[in-house]
Amino acid sequence: MKKQSPKDRIKNFNEVALGMSEEEAVKEASRCLFCKEPKCSTKCPVEIDIPRFIEAIKNKKFDEAIKVIKEKNNLPGVCGRVCPQEDQCEGACILNAKGKPINIGALERFAADWELRHVSRTTNDERRTTKQRIAVIGSGPAGLTCAGDLARLGYRVTVFEALHTAGGVLVYGIPEFRLPKEIVKKEVDYLRSLGVEVKENFIVGKTSTLKELFAQGYKAVFVGTGAGLPSFMKIPGENLNRVYSSNELLTRANLMKAYLFPDFDTPVNIGKKVAVIGGGNTAMDSARVALRLGAEKVYIVYRRSEKEMPARKEEVENAKEEGIEFHMLTLPKKILGDDKNFVKSMECIKMELGEPDASGRRRPVPIQGSEFIMDVDTVVVAIGQSPNPVFLKATPELKLGKWDKIVVDSETQATNLKGVYAGGDATLGDDTVIAAMGSGKRAAKAITLHLSNVRV
Amino acid sequence: MFKILSNEKIAPRIFRMEIEAGLVAKKAKAGQFLMLRIDEKGERIPLTVAGNDDKNITIVYQTVGVTTHRLTEKKQGEYLLDVVGPLGHATELGQIGTVCCIGGGVGIAELYPVAKAYKDSGNKVITIIGARDKELVIYKDELKKISDEFFVTTDDGSDGEKGFVSNVLKRLIEAGQKIDLVYAVGPGIMMKVISEVTRPSKIKTIVSLNTVLVDGTGMCGSCRIEVGGETKFACVDGPEFDGHKVNFDELMARQGFFKEQEAHACKIRGISQ
Repeated sequence: MKKQSPKDRIKNFNEVALGMSEEEAVKEASRCLFCKEPKCSTKCPVEIDIPRFIEAIKNKKFDEAIKVIKEKNNLPGVCGRVCPQEDQCEGACILNAKGKPINIGALERFAADWELRHVSRTTNDERRTTKQRIAVIGSGPAGLTCAGDLARLGYRVTVFEALHTAGGVLVYGIPEFRLPKEIVKKEVDYLRSLGVEVKENFIVGKTSTLKELFAQGYKAVFVGTGAGLPSFMKIPGENLNRVYSSNELLTRANLMKAYLFPDFDTPVNIGKKVAVIGGGNTAMDSARVALRLGAEKVYIVYRRSEKEMPARKEEVENAKEEGIEFHMLTLPKKILGDDKNFVKSMECIKMELGEPDASGRRRPVPIQGSEFIMDVDTVVVAIGQSPNPVFLKATPELKLGKWDKIVVDSETQATNLKGVYAGGDATLGDDTVIAAMGSGKRAAKAITLHLSNVRV
Repeated sequence: MFKILSNEKIAPRIFRMEIEAGLVAKKAKAGQFLMLRIDEKGERIPLTVAGNDDKNITIVYQTVGVTTHRLTEKKQGEYLLDVVGPLGHATELGQIGTVCCIGGGVGIAELYPVAKAYKDSGNKVITIIGARDKELVIYKDELKKISDEFFVTTDDGSDGEKGFVSNVLKRLIEAGQKIDLVYAVGPGIMMKVISEVTRPSKIKTIVSLNTVLVDGTGMCGSCRIEVGGETKFACVDGPEFDGHKVNFDELMARQGFFKEQEAHACKIRGISQ
């Protein structure tokens, strides 16, 4: 797939990957062997019939292709862009043995983009939603998927969103240059056309409680409240100015469009040399955002080696192409400030890999006496977060487990509360967009079953 | 969309706005705040709820930057794009005894619902409010009405006694006035000094912090503040904290994080800060 050149793209927030043309898509689809027992589909968390949609593209039946995808996936434009296909469908493709798997992600994106260009929405998809009312808390990938599946089955679904725009992490977290917000908006509009009602500016736990939702007539609730409070390293200097959590930096840039300041009102204060701490996709996103906001040097600082980094290879490569420097086996110890309480540098220590730890990865251990000062004036901490606390605090009867994540049944996503289901980042394990969507799908199935067994 | 019912200047640079926002109004309690956004290009800003009934909420704001300045331009009958809340913990009430309520600057308006709630729950309320000069003394009659004792201070002595709210508090304590709780809301430096005044006599002191916020819903962490040696998040752990444990120097430093950007935005729009 064509990309914007690194030289150009670091100066704008436009999408980096440019998508496939019709000819390219048909050509790529024609490489598919159409296996009798396709492995790709078995690896898709939302069970898309992959060979069938690829075949439609091959035959230039693009409308058919998107229809096949949408039988299972309510957010194809999103998934085609941000799914870790290398670990899922593409990773399972038989053509890996011969070197190059089918670029399934790009084909999915092509079909979704084709539809956005050629089909006016709100047409045939309008259905009457007549069954029971269901509340979905949070409009991220888990919530939207759950809502879409239930609406298709005729349930009356209301999605409650705390922020002013629907999409959750898709709008506040993932940057414009990876996932244009217009795409998210159109996918949400599609769900609305299925009969889903989205209420922004509504914080369940504050504006209304879970009990009140049931009292208002909702018969089941899906909790997709997502990530919350950012984790910090608990080292000195973390509350200095120009230390950001990745959540804050990304929210300012993505949701609030601080890159258009002062035309947009939300400011962001980025220095010349930025250290981003962490090795996941969020760290890569933060680093690339910092670069586009005008930083001269951006470093990824990670305590393990590159091999252990959880970020997608593709994102690491994008970051490297853009000139981001990787400081592996490096652990921050202290952030130092100037007399006005702004970051002036960061003290780090070098690490080496020891015995494997609980995660199976080799544990990084500090090398005595290897401390050094890194010359940076901005630090972004991208080491993870705990679940959003607002709803959980207001709902103490909900059972929580490790890291305060909601305990759910892995098949049905049911919580300990009757009629209450949960998924996505509020639960353990479902921490990618597609995994969250998978959990929303499982919950939708279970809710359907629950409601057909409940006498209303 | 949230309809603006009124927007009036009540003192130099201080405005009061009433907004139709039923969902927030029904739930809001003393001590809580809301987030608002004027329009598509707007910033999300936090404002303490200064009053509410079943349908409407009142906010009082001081013009400090672009957003608060733009708010002053909004007219009755126009709309705000987003209002969400109520956020943060409500003030803990109950029969405490004698509560000394202290407000400074625009914080006086934020003090009013809290002082009233303490009074309504059966406490004796001593109120001390302070401002730079008499023009800036707001909510005087309202607070006087609900207070058992009432003091005003101004920096220049143009209303009440000359000096700071902390002087009055100190004098009361030294004179042996029984105080079970001090509640302070206002500039960081005021809350810091108040907390130092009450520290030796170990009078429980609650302060309401005004931190920088982006989402306001427990996600971004920009409101973090050291309290008792730990990092807390004002939006979900506060905004009220034990004044004896708050690192006020950090609070004040963090309030200056975006000062340069704010000044720039004001300058190019011709807004005098």
